[in-house]
Amino acid sequence: MSGQGSPAPAGYLSLTDADREAMLEAIGVESVDALFEQIPDGVRFDRPLAVPEALPEAVLVRHLEELAGRNADTGRELSFLGMGIYDHYVPAIVDTFLSRGELLTAYTPYQPEMSQGVLQAIFEYQTAICELTGMDVSNASGYDGTTVAADACFIARAHTGRSRIVLAETLHPMARQVVKTYAPGFGMDVVEVPHDGGTTDPERFGEAARDAAIAIFQQPNAFGCLEPAPDLAAAAAEGGALPVAHVDLASLGLLEAPGNYGCAMAIGEGQSIGNYQSYGGPHYGFLAARSEFIRRMPGRIVGETTDLEGKRGFVLTLQTREQHIRREKATSNMTTNQTLLALGGLITFCWLGPEGLRELGETCTALAGYAKGRVPLPLAFERPTFKEVAFRTPVDAREIVRRAREHGVHPGYPLGRDYEGLDDVLLVALTEKRTPSDIDRLAEVLAEVTA
Amino acid sequence: MDLIYEKSRPGRRAGRVPTYDLPVPEIPPEFARANPPRLPEVPENEVVRHFTALADRNFGIDTGFYPLGSCTMKHNPRVNERAAALPGFRDLHPLQEDEGAQGALALMWELEQILIEVAGLPAVTLQPAAGSQGELTGLMLMRAAFADRGEPGRNVIVTPDTAHGTNPASVTMTGFELAKVATTDRGNLDLDDLRAKVDDRTAGLMLTNPSTLGLFDEGIEEVAQIFHDRGALLYYDGANLNAVVGRSRPGDMGFDIVHYNLHKTFSQPHGGGGPGGGPVAVTQELEPFLPSPTVVRDGDAFRLEHDRPRSIGRVRGFAGPFGVFVRSYAFMRAYGPALKDMSETAVLNANYLLAQLKDAYELPYDRLCMHEFVLSARALKREHGITALDVAKRLMDHGIHPPTIYFPLVVQEALMIEPTETETKERLDEFVAAMRSIAEEAATDPETLKQAPLTRPVRRLDEVKAAKQPVVRYAFDDAGSPDRIGAR
Amino acid sequence: MAASESYPDDLRYHPEHDWARVEGEEAVLGITWYAQDALGELVHYEAPEVGSTLRKDGAYAEVESVKAVSDVIAPLSGEVLEVNQKVVDEPETVNEDPYGGGWLVRIRLADAGEADGLLDVAAYKAHIAEQ
Repeated sequence: MSGQGSPAPAGYLSLTDADREAMLEAIGVESVDALFEQIPDGVRFDRPLAVPEALPEAVLVRHLEELAGRNADTGRELSFLGMGIYDHYVPAIVDTFLSRGELLTAYTPYQPEMSQGVLQAIFEYQTAICELTGMDVSNASGYDGTTVAADACFIARAHTGRSRIVLAETLHPMARQVVKTYAPGFGMDVVEVPHDGGTTDPERFGEAARDAAIAIFQQPNAFGCLEPAPDLAAAAAEGGALPVAHVDLASLGLLEAPGNYGCAMAIGEGQSIGNYQSYGGPHYGFLAARSEFIRRMPGRIVGETTDLEGKRGFVLTLQTREQHIRREKATSNMTTNQTLLALGGLITFCWLGPEGLRELGETCTALAGYAKGRVPLPLAFERPTFKEVAFRTPVDAREIVRRAREHGVHPGYPLGRDYEGLDDVLLVALTEKRTPSDIDRLAEVLAEVTA
Repeated sequence: MDLIYEKSRPGRRAGRVPTYDLPVPEIPPEFARANPPRLPEVPENEVVRHFTALADRNFGIDTGFYPLGSCTMKHNPRVNERAAALPGFRDLHPLQEDEGAQGALALMWELEQILIEVAGLPAVTLQPAAGSQGELTGLMLMRAAFADRGEPGRNVIVTPDTAHGTNPASVTMTGFELAKVATTDRGNLDLDDLRAKVDDRTAGLMLTNPSTLGLFDEGIEEVAQIFHDRGALLYYDGANLNAVVGRSRPGDMGFDIVHYNLHKTFSQPHGGGGPGGGPVAVTQELEPFLPSPTVVRDGDAFRLEHDRPRSIGRVRGFAGPFGVFVRSYAFMRAYGPALKDMSETAVLNANYLLAQLKDAYELPYDRLCMHEFVLSARALKREHGITALDVAKRLMDHGIHPPTIYFPLVVQEALMIEPTETETKERLDEFVAAMRSIAEEAATDPETLKQAPLTRPVRRLDEVKAAKQPVVRYAFDDAGSPDRIGAR
Repeated sequence: MAASESYPDDLRYHPEHDWARVEGEEAVLGITWYAQDALGELVHYEAPEVGSTLRKDGAYAEVESVKAVSDVIAPLSGEVLEVNQKVVDEPETVNEDPYGGGWLVRIRLADAGEADGLLDVAAYKAHIAEQ
């Protein structure tokens, strides 16, 4: 082979010299070089790759541990960061099954007889998402909580024939940014509705939604506040737009399902159930809709059927929506999705059950309530909350974060990073992994750094 | 087997959530959930048995040979999993201050440098979530570049008839029009057809090279010339990059934009459908338009740059699928410059299979191949009524995952075979023996072939029924509820 | 049960495998046996709206099997008077009876002369023999 530089790692390649000789002879060529003669001379690459030298596994792990050690993860810092990604507990059995090779190293279940495990798991995942959101159909996952917002807009464009997208400003800023990136390609334009004291005014939302294709809001919103979701959905629908709620799965043991207050679709980021923070990914986005949208859904959908002997089985279904069949007329270009991460979600739902999900929500709201009482800062918004609380800081919240981190506490997210006029607002996230004494410590540090 | 919902009994549960002796504020009644979601109520040992049984009913690379063409199903080294699970990576919040994420940012920057060298292009974004999102990103970059040049009228993207379906779908989703170009008998782009289709309205080409036929386009230099002479751009679909690492670089071929599939070439496990990673590399001219944020190095420090006024914007949350970056970076660092051996071995393995099978099946393009090749079961269908689907199903009884079938569309009864570099010669020989025995069986016992598979947990499934009356969620006991898909 | 191959004498054919039965100022349209055989068992018929306008040689509907989707091409121009609801509900009707119960739409012809441009049964059979 190349004979230059470091050898290929043992175990990653499997041919012996004798194998190679026998194979070249069977092919009828003298050398591996002959196989590459179809590449024109002018575009052959004829020097060794200038990349760092190969590392044996033990050395590689040491190198990666050194890199990982330079990060302030939530095990090293008492963290109250949230804003879309949360340090919820991931059950041990998630690790167990996400590392099972039969699931980890399989691809898209195009051949159902080889893939009943993944197919049934996706069917069970779809069921859980439909139950939680009050919808009729869920896809097998989207990339994340931002891209599913763009997916919903593409559905609405096709369904309504209209081109305006209405976004509540309290929808996660990254979801809004992604929608704005995609919208021109869809031939759509975006209107944003400003918040009014921390939540969205249904009347203003409804006005903007007049003759629009879709109107998206978030519950709980990006400030942690509970939106008047049923009123927003009704106002959007009255304007003729499809009402869409962007929701946190971890909240749906306590908060009403979007399907039960008139939404056409429910979307969101699934990370809070069953995925680690992992510096932003990979996670799973979810997209669920009422049955009338089933043929416009992007991505994979699994359906139940029977085999030759009448036994229940599962297959990818309605595939004519998808790019490998419908090509330029497909409902999406998506192929690879986030199945393994969605499986983490399903396993966590099985582990929690309905009682556990309710308890999870109650613990989060209880801790949020406790934080409101303990943190020596005024509330930024007088609104009911779920697991995040926005506090007003006496100086720029970025500065508060800097100072608090010197005490080993990451106090939360400075909303001024995304919102003009909110430089003095700190968003504090409470998951069930934080304790009342953690909150006491937060309160103590904030008292000190704001003094 | 039963669904987890069918194993549910009221009052059972697996996990416990911490509760503290604190008052629970009441959710205002207008927002509160009226009925609890019907999640499974199952003890932990039954959850474990359920998912163990599901794993048993699935087939991965870990189970056996998986020559699924176009998907590069190579061995996934387990050290990569250990790396991604290091707490410093796994438990790092994406909105952590740059100062508290120096290790993550350094890893991303180093990964970019390797990707830059592999593609031969100077700038990379890691943000796209998968190859198909890389395509969208690339087309948006073209749109931005032409707007910047004052040529907004360039609205046509050319793709070959062998293209993956994602290419035309991406063209539509970004508001471009599609023009299709034909492929010659040797599997190259038809240059005459191409010249006739490229003009001042052409934005660019999307091409997989080697193509989905597993053939390197021998006229690639002229192809690039045709587009560049007209001021258009070239996009490289990196689905087949595993064929050419260290042997040929898309940038040197003349491509302006390249996406990589980290889950194919660089060994992120496919996870039953995902996740993936789809970084995009570009020329210096296109760099200002890359999605925001980018990773920037200032001396020994790294940071995310959000201030990119000419950027197309954000295509995904945060800085990309970071766990995928860890795995692919670990994979690349295990290889070093020997990444070239990876591609050479992938090509050797494919050509070996091709040589052993071309007298048993039809070979529509009789050339040496790159990392994959396409056979046709057309003769078996004509002579014995045995289709590519039957061959695929029978392979399952040999303990082998079938190749990709019925793609590319230009080949009838296509079987698209990609062995990858990681298999032993014995595994390859077992596959040859299985394929040859199936070809013989088509003549001697076609009825058995039609019945296959006989050894899997289910027999052939009724896909017509699944599509006609879609049941896409468990019905619980609300059958008859008319507005509910899934009611049985 | 799928029908056996046939091409009735009284129909006019479009090279994209569509048929028209002209009845005065109206016509009934469908797809041929050849087309349904190529697609396989139909699972979905995306019908046009009543009152919409068909343009000759343009796509007016979609039919889907599990693995394929196909535009349905209008052999003649006109306004849709009626959509075959039986095919919407049971798309396999097209496979069972492509020229009878499996018709797709009834239209009011925009230009009765257009039918002269279509193939007769002999010409259509010659056309499919070349495929």
